[in-house]
Amino acid sequence: MKRLPRGVGVLAIVSIAVLYLPLVAVMALSFNATRHGQSWGGFTWSWYAKLFNNEAVLNAATNSAIVAVTSTSLATVIGTLLAIGLRRLPLGRWGRTSADVIINLPTVTPDILLAAALVVAYGIFRSVVAHFSPESKFFDPGLTTLIIGHVTFQVSFVAVVVGARLKAIGNEQFEAARDLFASTWGVWRRIILPQLAPGIVGGALLAFTLSLDDFVVSFFISGPSSTTLPVLIYASVKRGVTPEIHALSTLIVALTMIAILSIAILNRPRMTKE
Amino acid sequence: MKSTLVIDGKPTNRLRLWLSGLGLVGAGLLWLSCFLIGPLLALSLLAFASRGDYGDIIWQFNLENVWRMVGFGTFGWVPDNLLIIGRSVVLATITTSLCLALGFPLAFWIADRDRRWRVLLIAIVMVPACVNLVIRTYAWQLILGNHAPPAVFAQWAGFIPADAALYPGQAAVYLGMISAMLPFAVLPLYTSVERLDWSVVEAARDLYGGPWRTFRHGILAQVTPGLIAATILTLIPSLGMFVVSDLLGGAKYMLVGNLIQQQFGAAADWPFGAMLGLGLVVASLVSLLILLRWGSREGRI
Repeated sequence: MKRLPRGVGVLAIVSIAVLYLPLVAVMALSFNATRHGQSWGGFTWSWYAKLFNNEAVLNAATNSAIVAVTSTSLATVIGTLLAIGLRRLPLGRWGRTSADVIINLPTVTPDILLAAALVVAYGIFRSVVAHFSPESKFFDPGLTTLIIGHVTFQVSFVAVVVGARLKAIGNEQFEAARDLFASTWGVWRRIILPQLAPGIVGGALLAFTLSLDDFVVSFFISGPSSTTLPVLIYASVKRGVTPEIHALSTLIVALTMIAILSIAILNRPRMTKE
Repeated sequence: MKSTLVIDGKPTNRLRLWLSGLGLVGAGLLWLSCFLIGPLLALSLLAFASRGDYGDIIWQFNLENVWRMVGFGTFGWVPDNLLIIGRSVVLATITTSLCLALGFPLAFWIADRDRRWRVLLIAIVMVPACVNLVIRTYAWQLILGNHAPPAVFAQWAGFIPADAALYPGQAAVYLGMISAMLPFAVLPLYTSVERLDWSVVEAARDLYGGPWRTFRHGILAQVTPGLIAATILTLIPSLGMFVVSDLLGGAKYMLVGNLIQQQFGAAADWPFGAMLGLGLVVASLVSLLILLRWGSREGRI
């Protein structure tokens, strides 16, 4: 075919192996009966069983689930409306560019900067709110602040994914439906939304994985009672990791793979069309 | 002025478009202003404020934090912060270069497969990128640990003392960084390589271009957009990294990310943390501008 140099294939396979080596290591050790060290002591399920009796882990899992579900729902609604609305606004060239910049800002801002900015903003909000109601704990580090932070970076991803899908649908179908006397609501309900749905679901799945996966923002803005799974894993690694953490990580890896696979399947028809 | 427009097959006017459009984007716009743009502006203002005795913020603006960032403190000039910033820039640049060097062969190899395999292989490369970075990084601690095969071999060969591990250290950080960033380099490179016009490469060969000149003028000139995207996607996150250096680099291997985290954590010096964040943005923008100029020059060849 294109006759690549011989070393290319070897190098490529080595690179892929380097990407998977860490995942395999964690997975293997989660079934290892040895408590300390890396020597193999036989196969066991016991770390997984212990996991489901570990209160801290269950707590963090509940927090992660609450934050991921709430923030994803909010971000999906806001992001989808944002994508649809932006298409309608009669913006000039400058307006269009600045809208694009704002939408893409969270995707290019380093995590740590967004995290720091949120910490500062919550601090300011807290002192403002304290003027009006000194008892309010709304902006204290907790699940609320986590959800707000996650929505902030999720919205852009949803808007970008839905916007791309909307562009792919094009204008002709609106016009054709209109020519056949469809109402605005009818066009959306019967023609656009069914086609937009995979984009919305894909955006939501992406947002969900981003939320479950987020460490940096959560680490900065979560409080002691609102630890999420990645923050818990980080704290355990700092203290000295246990096989239970390997088991927990393996479950998270499996969950991530399922989510990614679903996104890939949702997007498959578009990929194979060209 | 009232002009008639047709949007979605329906006659309308600018006013109605503005109203319906704003109604739809209103929530998102408000959210992003309150929790993204506002906070980022507040952060840039805070960078010029100062810390009170109890970690509180004194909103009086001065350039003290700038001087502190470049090393002037109570005890004269100390290059610690500059050293950390310099190390971050060097680490990010080398990581990006290595990811490009490894990403190119991978992208070419994948683009060379059958169509069915290509989609699968790209998915295989992207899956690890979606797995939590904390997990992937501490996994390297397991692989490089003192009883794991690589360390045992290094002990046997006499590279490291008996019972020592291969981390914390610089090599471990680079390994962690590359495995974290490589997928983000491969994806844009692959998109460019897949569309490569191979007849140009053949022409370069026919005209007696050696391997290097064929690559440089036949291939590199064509994949510049992918190269720029890959650089942005690896360089910016590398500059702000703190998980990898924290878990694999040990206390002596600080990056700007770790320094920022410290200011918002133990040190409780938010204004200085904000200034370091600004420094990070400036460093990212400067390196990007240099790369983009280089890229546009390259593209014209």
